[in-house]
Amino acid sequence: MFRNQYDTDVTTWSPAGRLFQVEYAMEAVKQGSAAIGLRSKTHVVLGCVNKANSELSSHQKKIFKVDDHIGVAIAGLTADGRVLSRYMRSECINYGFTYESPLPVGRLVVQLADKAQVCTQRSWKRPYGVGLLVGGLDESGAHLYYNCPSGNYFEYQAFAIGSRSQAAKTYLERRFEKFMDSSRDDLVKDALLAIRETLQGESLKSSICTVAVVGAGEPFHVLDNETVQKLIDSFEIAAVDEAPAAEPDAPADQGAPADQGAPADQGAPADQRPATDEGVAPMDI
Amino acid sequence: MTKQAANWSPYDNNGGSCVAIAGADYCVIAADTRMSTGYSILSRDYSKICKLADKSLMASSGFQADVKALQKFLAARHLTYQHQHNKQMSCPAMAQLLSNTLYYKRFFPYYSFNVLGGLDNEGKGCVYTYDAVGSYERVGYGCQGSGSTLIMPFLDNQLKSPSPLLLPAQDAVTPLSESEAVDLVKTCFASATERDIYTGDRLEIVVLNADGIHRQYMELRKD
Repeated sequence: MFRNQYDTDVTTWSPAGRLFQVEYAMEAVKQGSAAIGLRSKTHVVLGCVNKANSELSSHQKKIFKVDDHIGVAIAGLTADGRVLSRYMRSECINYGFTYESPLPVGRLVVQLADKAQVCTQRSWKRPYGVGLLVGGLDESGAHLYYNCPSGNYFEYQAFAIGSRSQAAKTYLERRFEKFMDSSRDDLVKDALLAIRETLQGESLKSSICTVAVVGAGEPFHVLDNETVQKLIDSFEIAAVDEAPAAEPDAPADQGAPADQGAPADQGAPADQRPATDEGVAPMDI
Repeated sequence: MTKQAANWSPYDNNGGSCVAIAGADYCVIAADTRMSTGYSILSRDYSKICKLADKSLMASSGFQADVKALQKFLAARHLTYQHQHNKQMSCPAMAQLLSNTLYYKRFFPYYSFNVLGGLDNEGKGCVYTYDAVGSYERVGYGCQGSGSTLIMPFLDNQLKSPSPLLLPAQDAVTPLSESEAVDLVKTCFASATERDIYTGDRLEIVVLNADGIHRQYMELRKD
């Protein structure tokens, strides 16, 4: 984006009818590291790329549990994301207290969108610089929504946000029609493959990505590192197809890509694995 | 002009008794399941015991509407705690939260007489006993409710350790096994049911130990 006039504050329209501050906020989302989400009839999988600032630091948390039935993956200003997650958690708790039932996902995203809109119409505020992929389950099934800094929200079958998300979106666009009837394990596999697309050649390992699942009978939880690494190894998807060079840190990968048109045989060992993970802390986020 | 007396009360007493006993590695929490108002019975099958966290259970007698509100509040606070700390609340932490919550309404109290039982951070049984406004103390055993005046002296007789000042020196109380504690609780309620009209119908006993939570019931007199 180039320097524009009329972009000094959010309450100034441009002659073309744009609010530049809001658009700049959406740029911030595009600069954040990638987050993806996909859903079937019964499950939603969220995933993100975790890039630590340096080898010495831990990576930022980008996936948050909001309630047993809702989770969120963020891209952009993670501090804003943390604050919005706290708001979402509090809304879920209050709704549960009043109605003794889980907050429907569609209601939550509207509240979130209205909250974002307020920041686009106050001179003393700035828009939230974070995009949220909200995935959850309610009476009407599994849902995935994307909440924008602009205050807009959209429902998706699958989506990706953040830097290099276009590669993931392209991958998802090719496959999304099958997602609705996908099994939980196939959905997780597709999520990992979509994350891999955003890595642009770097090999996929559990230390640089995070995956979380919510589904019928399965409360929202983040899969722990060992489980994710086992899945990556079993799907043999650590390295991208055309890389002939052996990746030293992907022992299971023999350079034979397994994701071309044969999900069934790779799905078999995965299906025998129990759907829920042992050893996950009660609110492991 | 004489002072006007209230023509209604926001409170009611739904009766019932609660007991909790702490062991070396377990905790027994028990309460009868009778809910009454005045001389009438509202339910013979109402649970006064609520699981607040993995290692904390609360039994409360008094005004059950206030009890329910208190349980809901604590459950919501526990969810927030889990989001912030990524773990369950310990029993001592829950004990402090309950005390603060009760005192917060010092001038319009929760009419709730509580006994909190669970396992502390070391896995030992712990029992905390409260008044309606949050004064609390960790004890080895406790009871509240309409039958408490009948049950407490019996528990003292069976469980209270003799004073170290006594001569000749008496043994400290031998540790109670889990099954002995459960039998003791059953005896307490069988006796209290005889003389307290608000205690009876059925006894709900919950045992919390390293293996988890186990619930059992015992029939009591229905009159």
